[in-house]
Parts: sequence; C-alpha cells; structure tokens
Amino acid sequence: MIEVHTFSQAAEAARTPGHILGGGTLLMRQVNYAPQTIEKLIRVTDPELQEIRADSTGIRIGAGVTMASIINHPDLSVLAPVARAIGAPALRNMATVGGNLFAPHPYGDLAVALLALDAFVIWSDGREEDMETFFQGRERTRGMVTHVVVPRVQSGQLRFRKVSRTRPKGISVMSIAVYLPGGSLSGRGARIAFGAMGPTPLRAKAAEAALENGAMDASGVAAACSVCGHGLAPQDDALASAWYRNEVAPVHLRRCLEGET
Amino acid sequence: MAKRPISFTLNGTETGIFVNEGQNLLEALRREAGDLSPKFGCGQGTCGACTILIDGAPHLGCLTLAEAAQGRSIETTSGLADGPDLHPLQRAFMEGFAAQCGFCTSGMLMAAKALLVTNPHPTRDEVIEAISGNLCRCTGYEPIVDAILDAAIRLQGRVA
Amino acid sequence: MSIEFRKELFADERDDGLNEIGKPKLRQDIEGHVTGRTAYYDDHLLDGLLHMRCVRSPHHHARVRSIDTSEAERMKGVRRVVHADDVPHNLNTLLSLIGFGKDDEQLLSNPIVRYRGEPVLAIVADTEAIARAGCAAIRVDWEVLPHVLDVEEAIAPGAPSVNPAYPDNTFTYEPYDHVKLRFGDVQSGFAQADHIVEAEYEMSPIEQAPIETCGAIAAPETADRYVCHTGTQALFFSLGTTAKLLDLPSSRLHFIGGTVGGGFGGKVDSITEPMAVLGAMLTGRPVKFQWDREEEMQVGAPRGAERWRIKDGVTSDGRILARQFTGFFDAGAYTRLSSYAGHKGTGHLPGPYTIPNVASNVFCVYTNRTPATAMRGFGVTGVDFAIECHMDRVAEAVGIDPISLRILNAYRDGDMKAHRRVAKNCALVESCQVVAGKAGWGLSTDDMAANSLVGSSAERAAIPETALDDEGKAGERRAGRATTADPVPGTRRLPAGTHGDAKEAIPVQRPDMQILAERVGHKIPEPAAATAVTPQKVATPTPTPPSTPTMPPAMAPSSHVAAPLPKPTAATTAAEPAKPAPYKPEKPFSQGVNRPGVSRFLSGSRRR
Repeated sequence: MIEVHTFSQAAEAARTPGHILGGGTLLMRQVNYAPQTIEKLIRVTDPELQEIRADSTGIRIGAGVTMASIINHPDLSVLAPVARAIGAPALRNMATVGGNLFAPHPYGDLAVALLALDAFVIWSDGREEDMETFFQGRERTRGMVTHVVVPRVQSGQLRFRKVSRTRPKGISVMSIAVYLPGGSLSGRGARIAFGAMGPTPLRAKAAEAALENGAMDASGVAAACSVCGHGLAPQDDALASAWYRNEVAPVHLRRCLEGET
Repeated sequence: MAKRPISFTLNGTETGIFVNEGQNLLEALRREAGDLSPKFGCGQGTCGACTILIDGAPHLGCLTLAEAAQGRSIETTSGLADGPDLHPLQRAFMEGFAAQCGFCTSGMLMAAKALLVTNPHPTRDEVIEAISGNLCRCTGYEPIVDAILDAAIRLQGRVA
Repeated sequence: MSIEFRKELFADERDDGLNEIGKPKLRQDIEGHVTGRTAYYDDHLLDGLLHMRCVRSPHHHARVRSIDTSEAERMKGVRRVVHADDVPHNLNTLLSLIGFGKDDEQLLSNPIVRYRGEPVLAIVADTEAIARAGCAAIRVDWEVLPHVLDVEEAIAPGAPSVNPAYPDNTFTYEPYDHVKLRFGDVQSGFAQADHIVEAEYEMSPIEQAPIETCGAIAAPETADRYVCHTGTQALFFSLGTTAKLLDLPSSRLHFIGGTVGGGFGGKVDSITEPMAVLGAMLTGRPVKFQWDREEEMQVGAPRGAERWRIKDGVTSDGRILARQFTGFFDAGAYTRLSSYAGHKGTGHLPGPYTIPNVASNVFCVYTNRTPATAMRGFGVTGVDFAIECHMDRVAEAVGIDPISLRILNAYRDGDMKAHRRVAKNCALVESCQVVAGKAGWGLSTDDMAANSLVGSSAERAAIPETALDDEGKAGERRAGRATTADPVPGTRRLPAGTHGDAKEAIPVQRPDMQILAERVGHKIPEPAAATAVTPQKVATPTPTPPSTPTMPPAMAPSSHVAAPLPKPTAATTAAEPAKPAPYKPEKPFSQGVNRPGVSRFLSGSRRR
C-alpha cells in the first residue's frame, strides 16, 4: 500500500526513491485508479520550488509553480497564453511546471513552449540540461527537476497554437509553439516545437531549416509546412489517429506561423 | 493501514479527521468529515463534480492528496448559504432552472463562486471559461451560464 | 431563455386555460441540489462499509482456463473473493420481467466472456484501494476466441457465435430473425418511380456518460432483509432483477432510490444492485459497488450502434412512392434492451411521411461489443438521422427544395401509416413552415398555405394490397439459405384493407384512474361543434367521449377506409357500453384537517 513521505528540502526528497507528487493532476489519477502501482509518494514542501525569480540568465521558475501563478506573474506574460490553454481554472490552480515537463502524451503543452524557447532545466543536484536533451532522456532519467530557466523574450516572439476538440478546456490533438527571434516571419533563427506529435515534445527541425533557407513570404511558409512532419512520431489515441495528426499538422503550423491562435 | 490525523478549516469550522495514506481529499471530506456536497464523478480531474475551494481558489478534491489539506481553509457547497439565507448563486440556480439531476451543481457553484469573488462583473465568455472544467450532461450549460450572470447582478445589488 | 408558443396553430384543438404550462416553476428537488443536501445513493454513510470491484476481461471473446486467486486472498483487507458460482441464479435477461426474450447473460461470467470488460470475478475489501490491488493480483489464464465486431459480419454464415442463447447472432422475432414491416409493394413502387435513391447511414455507440457513475450500496437490514441504496433509473426493475439473480423473494429487498445523478437510459441495466446485495449477503457487511469513470465508459451499456440502408422510389415531382429499409441494431454481446429497439425502430418507419409502399427488415444483432441498452429515444434517433439525411439526398436527386419535399410528403391527419394506424395530430407541415421562417428560408406560396388538416384523401387513407414474403426465418441465414438482409420481393399477397390484429387496451383498474381528456389539456368539442369549427378537416375521427377508454382512431370504423373491415374490432364494441359516470368525490378534496381552532397539519387532532 501507498506510503506518503513529506520533505521540506528538495535535495533530501530527491534522494528518496518514489513518485514525486507535484500538483497531483496526473499522479493522483494513478493513485486513484491503480494504487497498487505506487509504493511511495514523495511530497516536497520546499518554498524554493514555488519561486519565480528573474536573473541574468533569464527567469527561474520553480518546479512547483502552478499554471495559475504563471498566468498571474508579470514577468511571465509571454507564457500566460500557453498556461491558460491548459485544463480549466481548478486544474490550473493545481498543475505545476515540474509535472508538465514529465507529462506523458498528449499532455505537456507548456513543455512545448519551453522547448521552442530553448529553456533549460536545473536538477536538484545543480546539473543543468537543455530542453532537447532533457526530453530525449526523460523516460530513463531518475532525479528531481527543481527549476526551469526561461530566457527573456518579448511578446510577439512566441507564437502558440493548441488544437483541441473542445474549447475551452480540450486536450491536445496537437500543440505548436514557434519562437521567432525577430518577432515576425521576416527574421531568422526560428524554432518550432510540436506537442502530442510524439512521445515527448519534439522540435520540427526540417521545418525550421526550410524556414531558415526559404523565402520570407508565403512560399517559404508553405515550404516549411510541407516538411513539418519529418522527425515527428505521432501516435493513435482517442482524440485523433496518427494519420490525422500528420495530415493536419502542416495546416496548423501555417496558421500558427501566420499568427492565428 | 496506518491512519494519519489532519486538521483544516471546513466552511469556517475547525475540523480534524484521520485519513489513509494516499487517500484523496474528496473521499476524506465525504467519508471522514461527513461533508457529502462534493461529488465523485470521475476520479481523474475530468468532470469537476468534486470542485472545492482551498484557500479561496478552486481545486479538484479527487486529485488533491488529503494530507496536503493540512492547515488549509476549505469551502464546499454545504457552507455556501448564510444560515437559512441562500447565497445569490443558489437563488439564481434555483430560479434559472440551472440544475436537473443536480449532480454537477455543487462543483458548478464552487467554480462560479471562485469566479465572482475575483471577477464580480464577468462577461459571458469569462463565465464559460470559469466552468469549463465542470461537466453537465442535463442542461446544455446555457441555464447555468445565465444563472451565474444573474447571480453576478444579484450580488452587485447586495453590495450596493 | 424564453419559450415561444405558437398558439395560432391548432387553436381549436387545445384548451388554453392552463395554469402551469408556459409559466416559470421551481423544481421540487432544486433546493436540495443547490445546497448539496440532495442524497444520491453514495451519500449514505454506513459504518464498516466494504468496497467491491470486478476483475474484467481484457479480450473481446475468451474462455477462462483457470483463475488463480491465492495472492489476492492472502492480502490484508481483502474480505471475500466472489466467484460466478456464488451467484444463486446466474442467468438473466432484463426483459424477462415482462416475459420477453431468453435469459442470456450472467452477472459474473464464467467460463466464457463475450465482450471486453465483462466481469468474471469480484473482490470485496476494506478500502477501494485494497479492492483494486486485489483485482490486480488475480491471475486469469485466458484462451482467446475469435470475435466479431460488425453487425453484417456477425450475421454472415461462419461468423463466430457470440451468445449461446441466440447462436445465429440475431434476436429471434418469432419466427424471423428480424422485424418485418410490409405495406403495399415496394417493388411495384420502384417500378413506377422516376428516380431510385439509395444510401447507407451509420451511427456509432453513444455513452450516456452521466456525471454520477452507476453504483449501489447494500447492507444487511433488520427482519432478514437487505437494504439497497441505488442510483438506478428503474427501482422496481432493479429490485425484480436482483430478486431473480439472487433467488430471493423480493420482500427481502428494501430498495431506496429515485435520486439519480444523471441517467439518460444508462441506469436501467440493474447490474450494480445485485452485485452490491450479493456482496452484503456474502460478507454480512455494507458493501458499495461503484463503477469508476473508465468502467462507466467501457462496460456501461451505451446507445447501440445502428446501420441503416434506405432505398427510395420517387417521382419527378417529388412524391415518394416506395421506401425500403434494412436496419441493424448492434446489441453487443447480450440482449439487454436492444430487442425492444428493433420494435421501436420499426414502429417509427417510414418517418413522418405518407408513403404508399414500405418494406423493412430490422435486425437486432449480437457482436462482441459492450452490450447496448436504453438511451434517450434509442431505436428511433439513429433512424431519424438516416431518414432526414435521406430526404435531403432525395431532394437533391429530384431537384426540389428539401423543405418543400418534406411538406409534400408529410403525414396529413387521416392518412394511413405503414403500420396500419391512422395519422392524427400531425404537425410536420406547420413545423417546417415555422423552421423555414426562423431560418429565413424562402418557401413557395403553396408550401406556406399547406396545412396538416388538409390533403388526406380516400387513397391516402387506404390500406393497400400488400406483398408478403417468408424470407429470413430464424436459423436460415446462418445456414446460408437467406440471400440478402434486404426485404425480398413478395411471394404472396395480403388483400387491401386488411388491418392488423386489434390490440385491446388493458382496462383501467379503477374508474377514477381514467385520465380525463379535459384534465390533460385536450379540448374535446361536442360532435356538432367539431364540424362547425373544422370544416376542412377531412378525417376527423368520431369524437371520443371523455370518459370512454382512449382508442386509436384507426380502430374506429370510418367511411374512408377503402375496404370494409374484416370483422368488427374490439375497439368498436368496447367503445359503446363503457360509459361510467365520471369520478366525483363525495366531498371536495382538501389537505389535512379543516376545522376551526385545529391545525390543518396536526394528525391526531381529529380524535381530540
């Protein structure tokens, strides 16, 4: 049966094997439905996990910060529309940044934006890891993420689009985040990330390259969209088939690039 | 299985109960604290029937570890009325036919209360957003949205 | 939200002096809902409550080779493992309570499971978490069997047989494997038509998804009884089913319910009640059996899938001369209420349209899917969808406005319907006109002038000569002796004017239980007045005196029926003598005691 262990220090909690409880929106579901699969629940009350702090590298967001806190924080207005697209009000009061980083398909919309923004995570042992590496090793890594650091960006540099069957509050058929350093399609160095199009959020590198090398107009966008499925690995679920996801991905990427929400 | 004591404020009253490890707050409130107004609809955060307020903000009882409620202030629909006087939201729901089977009503009322506390003059879209985590299979939502807008007007009158 | 009344329509047929309709009224249960005080079945706290959960099949069709319960039985907090042979009378069909259909379903299934999620075993434990862990610790050795998930594959020869009570995978509507409806001769109708329009329509299963999942709490009570708090929609149905499955006299069951957290048809199947009572019998403790959301979605019986093929023969001016249906209700693995859907669906054909030639074959088919049951108009919603899609298709084929096509073919009062009853109180024409107006859809002056009371004729009111066939007797299809599921050309003829067997209404048990027409809002004019007010009404049935049993006008003798009735129907004879004086209490009804100086609501004050 389940044991619950509560720690006031994140570093101490990270040394104890078990399931780390964030907002509970995914883990408590498992507790309710399959309690026999969980031996230890690790609760961490460390206030450090709740902090949102700006420094020279960017904005440090504690793993325990909720979606509601992101929406309400003046330094995080760029991420507010992304956080607002997740769940409903009660869920946003619970769901955390840390939980979102580990959320399985089709969840984890915030993580998609973090990937596009080239954020990095900080583990409890102080190790830093960029988003892409983090996601590649996510299923195998043991440890505890205490913070994520988001570079400072201006509103207009991040475009986000969540495709769902119902609004408000739908689960992702896919989500798309595009970071445009120049704030418009005329700049270079765009980063494109897809959610619910693979086991973890994934970068659409072929589309990025097409955008980088193409004309800065509709034809460039079309070229990028046409190759956006390369490297993605969508799966079938109750919301959509892999086939459908592949078919509509270019349409939604184009709309996202053109600024439709 | 070892039971653990927790204490919290439930609708303004100091309350202490014993919970099982891993038990969720919804079950603890219903079974141990005897407050049956929040309902079990899914146990996975989909339906919102267990919506309660923790320190004034809406939370899902079924996805909250009971032990995490230690020392917090919890509000449920049982505590919505002011003694014998129903809350304007309750009045508006009654008169606006905003409940049929009534199973989602507790959660709807809590979600609506949280909205009107932070936003006393919501637009229709804001109301829809506020109850987007609460499923209703009977009404088609329109009477519920109307009732919440109606309650906002009633509350305004009460304050003035 | 406001309701709009169109009181100008049929004003002479209605009494508008009503006190409640159209006026706001509080629900009688609403205060409990908004205060959280309404007590649903799960809102009863019982000391020592145990929790029951089921071990379910991961396969669509499988045989249980063996079950190892040893690990679960050793678990602390597991009170009882409930096996299939713990169920005293482990075979039932829901409608057996009204004597319809064969027993075909076990409460706990062993050794064969026929749909994914079918329960084979239950665990009763101290907490829900222990019950879940107990279920996870049960080891079942499955032999997977071939399955079939499509209705038409299921009725093909050689398909896996799903349900041993109906080995041909079709419910038997004696003597056929389908419900037959025959009216006129569709073949000759098709031959006269200018256009043939054919199409197929499908509807997936739909889960009722009530916010309160199905469940029940049962406990030993006094006097050797068991009390059961339940969310059922059909309290006495569930009580009767529980009594049968558990082989108990129903007097030993005390069912408390009626407060349902959303049902929509999904809470009539009476599965959680016998399970909970069985748990209470076996443990001597209160037992809760509550489905979680996954169970509600996976094993909760949905509205069944439907497939409909429609073939219409239409003239170039839009008159539908013949309409043929082939319909399949997917019952899933067991009958539940799907057999009734077959009858209901057939009774609904051919839609609200006067069509002189109609033929339909409607099948209730067993597949290895979750059993289907009731849901809000089950049996008619899918076919309505099909019919109305098809009307649009016909309109397009003929090149006529789709609303105009509906008005042209709509039932008029007095028309003969395909199941040999006269159409009455028709309002499709008026509905079309209002809808067109609301949608800003232009209608021709003829269409705007159309009227449900006008347009019937002796021809439209007649029962035509009907082509009959004997294709599709139970068992023939599986043996390869039926060529098609569609209606086949007739091999013999039924003379024009032949009515069906008259169905006599069961007389009311007490005369004062008779619903008086004037009390339910139907204005019944005096015979003379009726003709004066509605001179254009061609087929006004003989006005029925308010106090006689209500009879379908189709059964009353009327001059416009082309052929004479073969025999005087029971209705005619019944209508004449039965004219008891309307019930009149000796004193006017009043609540409580009504004496000066005495409270109306104090019982016993009368004796003082």
